[in-house]
Amino acid sequence: MTQDEARAIFLEELVKVAPDLEGEDIAETDHIQDDLELDSMDVLNLVAALHARLGVDIPEADYVEIATPALAAAYLGRRMAA
Amino acid sequence: MSVFQMPSLGADMEDGKLVEWLVAPGDTVHRGDIVAVVETQKGAIEIEIFEDGVVQTLDAELGARLPVGARLATVLAAGDAAPTAQAPPAHDTEPVARQAVPVPTPPPVPRPATFGIAASPAARKRAAERGVELTKLAGSGPDGAVMLRDVEGTASPPRRAETGKRVEALAEMRKAIASAMQRSKREIPHFQLSQTIDIQPASDWLSERNAKVPPAERILLGTLFMKAAALAAGKVGKMNGHYGADGFTQAPEVNLGVAVALRGGGLIAPAIPEADKLSLPELMEVMKDLVARARAMRLRSSEMTSGTLTVSSLGETGADAMAGVIFPPQVALLAIGAPKLRPWVIDGGIVPRLLATFTLSADHRVSDGRQANRFLAEIDAKLQKPEAL
Repeated sequence: MTQDEARAIFLEELVKVAPDLEGEDIAETDHIQDDLELDSMDVLNLVAALHARLGVDIPEADYVEIATPALAAAYLGRRMAA
Repeated sequence: MSVFQMPSLGADMEDGKLVEWLVAPGDTVHRGDIVAVVETQKGAIEIEIFEDGVVQTLDAELGARLPVGARLATVLAAGDAAPTAQAPPAHDTEPVARQAVPVPTPPPVPRPATFGIAASPAARKRAAERGVELTKLAGSGPDGAVMLRDVEGTASPPRRAETGKRVEALAEMRKAIASAMQRSKREIPHFQLSQTIDIQPASDWLSERNAKVPPAERILLGTLFMKAAALAAGKVGKMNGHYGADGFTQAPEVNLGVAVALRGGGLIAPAIPEADKLSLPELMEVMKDLVARARAMRLRSSEMTSGTLTVSSLGETGADAMAGVIFPPQVALLAIGAPKLRPWVIDGGIVPRLLATFTLSADHRVSDGRQANRFLAEIDAKLQKPEAL
């Protein structure tokens, strides 16, 4: 999976978790908690959704690796390639 | 026979708008069934019925704004005979809920065709979950009854189109919060006690547990705090109950209110019934469901009124501590600051530990510092043994 594909899927699942972000400009470097105001329950729902969709189980220690769309695209691209 | 009335869904509620019936005349209902949806300042609330019986008539029109206590429907309790005369007005048969709100007897209105729409129970349930109006669906069942497949075929309403409505709803919610908090600050002599608790054992235990399970089975640290608070409320009864006209009544069970912040602003605190009896995975599942429905502004009437103690957590990042305002008619509120890694003294040495400050706001009409202290000590003790939660 390319990073662009990973980014697109990440953003799709992000908007499902936080529907009010739909149509908003989400920057590559927006932090999902600090900037987009996801709480711990939202982050868990996002991680569970990514697991269900991609089969990538993101351990808690790696949550920092999906903190922004840019980070998540790189991380998911890497995990899917492995 | 009894009258099903517009319930009071909070000390500040004056009226509600009836937006949907989920039952029709002739339907058998059971205690706890969701029978109608009412739009309030706190969003669309699913109204439950609190007795078994058979719906005789629906007495209020969809779209009507009705005061608390207004007659919504007439229900025949099991064993009742069907009334032959016209049902007496609501205020002759039932006490008006809480405040002395004038209860108009709705004039007999010709029943709109939307009443009594035929639908399977599964379709009603799914439609209620999705917030879809049955009247807007084309039924494919016998005599045009709406079946589950008809509901499944509907997409959830587009969120974008609802933005304006949501903004309006949030403005209404702000009014409801203002009213409840003003009343609280006016009537309740608050006092606050804080305790900083070493939550490293709870955090370590949870990290180890969560590392072994897939994301869908993971539990949040906040869930451990909720469970500890529920257990403490069970032990220190003066924090758990309601204060009404006759003073304080301790609740026999712990219905834990959870303050849920809504994206875009606003706050709502639905209750988890008997939270102290739930295992951590059960409590986590209930919280997930509750938060999702709170954010969709789709809660149940019992969840709005049954809370006996509320917990408000600042989450993973944020301020160290918060002194909260009690949610009337409750008598205590526990606010939990964001966990922080800080120096701590253990056995004479300074070590970095994850700490969180728990602040209990309590009602001085009901309790004193001594009980508040005991409550916080109970939470501390529970969190040192996370495996026992």
